[in-house]
Amino acid sequence: MSDLRELYQQVILDHNRKPRNFRTLTSPTGRAEGYNPLCGDRVTVEVALEDEVIRDIGFQGSGCAISKASASMMTAALKDKTVAEAEETFGRFRAMLTESGSNGEMAGRLDKLAVFAGVREFPSRIKCATLPWHTVHAALAGKTEPVTTE
Amino acid sequence: MSGSSWDVERIRKDFPILHEEVHGKPLVYLDNAATSQKPNVVIEALVDYYAKQNSNVHRGLHQLSERATEAYEEARVRIQRFLNAAHSREIIFVRGATEGINLVAQTYGRRAVRAGDEVVITALEHHSNIVPWQMLCEEKHGTLRVAPINDAGEVDFEAYEALLGERTRLVAIAHVSNALGTILPVHRMSETAHRRDIPVLVDGAQAAPHLCVDVQALDCDFYTFSGHKTYGPTGIGVLYGKTELLEQMPPFHGGGDMIKSVSFEKTIYNDLPYKFEAGTPHVAGAIGLGAALGYLEDLGLDRIAAYEHELLVYATDRLSSLPGVRLIGTARDKAAVLSFVVEGVHAHDVGTILDLEGVAVRAGHHCAMPVMTRFDIAATTRASLALYNTREEIDLLTRGLGKVREVFR
Repeated sequence: MSDLRELYQQVILDHNRKPRNFRTLTSPTGRAEGYNPLCGDRVTVEVALEDEVIRDIGFQGSGCAISKASASMMTAALKDKTVAEAEETFGRFRAMLTESGSNGEMAGRLDKLAVFAGVREFPSRIKCATLPWHTVHAALAGKTEPVTTE
Repeated sequence: MSGSSWDVERIRKDFPILHEEVHGKPLVYLDNAATSQKPNVVIEALVDYYAKQNSNVHRGLHQLSERATEAYEEARVRIQRFLNAAHSREIIFVRGATEGINLVAQTYGRRAVRAGDEVVITALEHHSNIVPWQMLCEEKHGTLRVAPINDAGEVDFEAYEALLGERTRLVAIAHVSNALGTILPVHRMSETAHRRDIPVLVDGAQAAPHLCVDVQALDCDFYTFSGHKTYGPTGIGVLYGKTELLEQMPPFHGGGDMIKSVSFEKTIYNDLPYKFEAGTPHVAGAIGLGAALGYLEDLGLDRIAAYEHELLVYATDRLSSLPGVRLIGTARDKAAVLSFVVEGVHAHDVGTILDLEGVAVRAGHHCAMPVMTRFDIAATTRASLALYNTREEIDLLTRGLGKVREVFR
């Protein structure tokens, strides 16, 4: 069970069961859709920017526990952050999941998001965790084309 | 047939990969609809070919080329026997069922379908029996018509019959659904189409490894299957077609071996089946596939089907008894495929947890997204069984599903 618990940490299961910011925004300034054709995960992320600061953020969609929890924790982590801070966090998050070596340090700087470090060991699941981040990246950039992980 | 007359432990010894471990646990391979594992006779046939026969076919005057050609053509005859085709020239080697379908769409289809014409498929099809027809219909301004299925995952026969009309140029149907396991009434569907002079293509990718296929009894016009799902190598497959149709059809690919003579003014195409086999074929693959079909014939297709049915009944019973597990696809006539959803848990999470238990299943839309849409689900977990699976492995699957519940409690 150790690998299993490493992946499905309690906090991930909790966010999967009760996702935060699982809603549409009344007046979003950016919106993007993400799709993982491999497993059918779909996520829509909306942001409300004010002077380059994410004042509000929400998501909708359906997917596996990893993608849902990742979207939920992402929205919690990005609220009231600047666009530049959000992009930096995305960079660190992606590096934690895909780059070898700097794992421990990365995880430390990612705070709560470090619970996803276990996903590294499951290459087929990395895209589940990064899908919401690719999507918010597109929403912040004002892209309208749907984002896919393929 | 009782399980005791099927010596599954002896059969498992023929498949070296079944003795592998994954995540420190014995491999329980239940992803056979994606690809099947290979018996020693197939692996040895490949090694033997490259070690003792490797040469180009239909070309050399030398001894090796003759050996390779002989082995390649023997494989064709073996496949002819396996499908009970009338002639070996009706057996065309392709890369797999996908290429077989595309070949028919691009040759027969492009000649037969004109603006306003229709191609009829079913709602159960794999993407490879949807997209080639969509591409054809788009090019020719034709229409793709889809016979619906009921909640059990069976084709609505009356609706299918009603779709056949003056403009129908071809019916293309699966023999067995890859996503749900439904066995389609291919003979009846074919008979109905033939009453209106409509030819029928059957995608047999999921049927050939599990059922006794007799193309003359089914009376289909085209039948295609993939070697790798039939215990043979990847990259090789078969398209069967009735002689009179194949002869009318233009070639698919141009190149060597498919010609009799070439000048810059005119090329005379070769006879069947070579007209459709441009370039150096996958000789080793064809020989490996021949070995795989020989292996299946030795075991007996009827006995294989009976054993797999017994496993299906056992697995259906076990999975149905698990709380929160719902089977998708409950056709009366079904191959050993169990597609299911676990309440509140995404198929991908189920797949990962089972994998950690050593149980390999498929999780996703199974290249049949319209089937998922029909049942209003994003994905299923699919356990697809083969002749080497055991009741103990089904028990390990259900135990793994218990772990899923534990984690997602």
